[in-house]
Amino acid sequence: MNTAEELSGKARTLSELKPLTDKGYAQGFVTDIEQEFAPKGLSEDTVRFISAKKNEPEWLLQWRLKAYRHWLTMTEPDWGKLNHPPIDYQDAYYYAAPKKKLKSLDEVDPQLLETYKKLGIPISEQETLAGVEPRIAVDAVFDSVSVATTFKKKLEDIGVIFCAISEAVQKYPELVQQYLGSVVPIYDNYFATLNCAVFTDGSFVYIPKGVRCPMELSTYFRINAENTGQFERTLIIADEGSHVSYLEGCTAPKRDENQLHAAVVELVALDNAQIKYSTVQNWYPGDENGKGGIYNFVTKRGACRGDHSKISWTQVETGSAITWKYPSCILQGDHSVGEFYSVAMTNHYQQADTGTKMIHIGKNTKSTIVSKGISAGKGQNTYRGLVKIMPKAEGARNHTQCDSLLIGDLCGAHTIPYIESRNRTARLEHEATTSKISEDQLFYCRQRGLSSEDAVGLIVNGFCKEVLNELPMEFAVEAQKLLSISLEGSVG
Amino acid sequence: MSTPILEIKNLHARVEEKEILKGINLTINEGEVHAIMGPNGSGKSTLSYILAGREGYEITAGEVLFKGKDLLSLAPEERAAAGVFLGFQYPVEIPGVSNIIFLKTCVNSVRKARGQAEYDAIKFLRIVREKAKTLNMDEAMLKRSVNVGFSGGEKKRAEILQMALFEPSLAVLDETDSGLDIDALKVVSDGVNALRDPSRAMLVITHYQRLLNHIVPDHVHVMAAGRIQESGGRELAQKLEANGYAQYIKAA
Ligand SMILES: Nc1ncnc2c1ncn2[C@@H]1O[C@H](COP(=O)(O)OP(=O)(O)O)[C@@H](O)[C@H]1O
Ligand SMILES: [Mg+2]
Repeated sequence: MNTAEELSGKARTLSELKPLTDKGYAQGFVTDIEQEFAPKGLSEDTVRFISAKKNEPEWLLQWRLKAYRHWLTMTEPDWGKLNHPPIDYQDAYYYAAPKKKLKSLDEVDPQLLETYKKLGIPISEQETLAGVEPRIAVDAVFDSVSVATTFKKKLEDIGVIFCAISEAVQKYPELVQQYLGSVVPIYDNYFATLNCAVFTDGSFVYIPKGVRCPMELSTYFRINAENTGQFERTLIIADEGSHVSYLEGCTAPKRDENQLHAAVVELVALDNAQIKYSTVQNWYPGDENGKGGIYNFVTKRGACRGDHSKISWTQVETGSAITWKYPSCILQGDHSVGEFYSVAMTNHYQQADTGTKMIHIGKNTKSTIVSKGISAGKGQNTYRGLVKIMPKAEGARNHTQCDSLLIGDLCGAHTIPYIESRNRTARLEHEATTSKISEDQLFYCRQRGLSSEDAVGLIVNGFCKEVLNELPMEFAVEAQKLLSISLEGSVG
Repeated sequence: MSTPILEIKNLHARVEEKEILKGINLTINEGEVHAIMGPNGSGKSTLSYILAGREGYEITAGEVLFKGKDLLSLAPEERAAAGVFLGFQYPVEIPGVSNIIFLKTCVNSVRKARGQAEYDAIKFLRIVREKAKTLNMDEAMLKRSVNVGFSGGEKKRAEILQMALFEPSLAVLDETDSGLDIDALKVVSDGVNALRDPSRAMLVITHYQRLLNHIVPDHVHVMAAGRIQESGGRELAQKLEANGYAQYIKAA
């Protein structure tokens, strides 16, 4: 990349940061819309209600019930470095959907349209200029239902399936049945099992053999309804030799109570396939006193089943009161590659316990972990990562780099790496640093004309650069803005 | 005829409990270049930081006027916008932020505060390239992170490049010569001389007289123990070269 491109590309946002006069959490509005709910609380009836609403086949209902019954025997994990009052699973709705079927995204959320417009992503297909190749197709999930998916037809023409998972259950039941729960089994963990029982919607992607998906696929998740959990389920299958880049974004209204979000994402990459999965997580983080915010308990896992396959996770986590999330790669195929690039930022009373698991099973498998944790205010940030080398993983390699940046004296950063190597040919490297934004850096930037906030934004963006570089360009820009906005109030 | 840009009047300052500046008086007019020389620890950097607005200093007496207005009440970024530039003795590293982005962000921030139009990427790049060339700066440096892994000479050249871009009314250069070999010293001095301007004031801080062979000052001040001990023309620098600072240290 030459300097001109660099200037006009990603980092140009730094100069765009200033017009963002809209302080605080900009997405905290509520869309006023008539909705239908499942009866409050969680029971077999709730599970049946959801399954019936989605008109699901019997096998899926039974699958859900199996999960639900097992969930009843499980206890919430408590090993995370997280603090929260007990969650009352009966005091929430598990299904909320607009009464009237929405036909397009603008009926839902004008702000959402605005957001995408700013990113230069046409949300309705009509908006795409004639002759201009669309770069991003969008699915939007509003509470419990998928509202609309753009460019479906265009994608279908080359065999790419991109639709709501509820629709895939109807239209491609064999694919769903073959892969659902094949990466994250229904008994995997407390929140994943809960998700199996009550998942409502999410995206489904299938890329056929040899196809490079010609556009980015993107899902936007929005929690709108009060007292409602969101349990989305995403399944992406990249068949042999295919490539896909998928990204997700999310927002929620400002509310005083905590809302639960427990998603499951499963990725499957067959021989020579590549999946790039990017997240810009911006759930409502709660206010500056720690009131409200989303509890984000998410299970994301990818299986590199094929030889020479590759799965790359990139996440920018700025939102949520609590983030509990370990996007992982199971490197089964020989020469398969797993990557995890993460920025996690906690400000005020936010808590994040996040990281990854890289499980090396095949020969010459390779993984890279780059984690950047930023703590400000009274935020607590933990990197927790596992690198596991199985006996047959001859020549496995891992490189882990964990950097923490502290802003102020009241926050915390913790690095908890677990390494289990059962093959002596494995090469593992681990580097970790902790630094603070220094007075010298702040003064230097301010002497050059930047406000303290802009200076911190610039320094933080520099700190995260390796990770931001992994995001598709439009989202790198958005992520930079988010990082700066999330830091508001962190410098005196 | 001569309009003062900077007026320092009886400035006393301390850090924690230690008094460092003990009554500084100095006036610099438009177009003038003043040099402050002095032994290590005499308070030169402290003075430059106070002019630029660094926190942590307690002003116990005196005042500083910039173009006739109180300078000390302004935030550092306001001073930058008003036209105060400090070339740092130890420029600071900002990992992951490329020079070009840093420069553009800062210059546009200052331009905006001054009510000037912000530069677009292409225009800015052209301006920077041109200025970098006159300072013999490798263009690759623009892409590298701010001051990270820079040699002493590169850091100082980068500071002068910044000065050229900010077009300040007052430039304070703190030991710009330290860490430079003769060639780099020449390049940096030429860069500074190119910015001498009838509307600009400069305060050049140095330990050694050799810099003043290249940047010829209008006035020279000797600082020791937190005070200006003697002022004169450029011949004072030569006298110091011959006699050293011993007499001032003793006097103080
Ligand atoms: N932050 C500080 N805390 C304590 N003492 C300081 C601080 N900054 C400077 N000093 C002291 O003030 C004196 C002047 O320092 P300085 O301004 O750096 O001198 P110079 O630049 O002339 O070498 C020195 O004795 C130094 O140790
Ligand atoms: Mg000094």
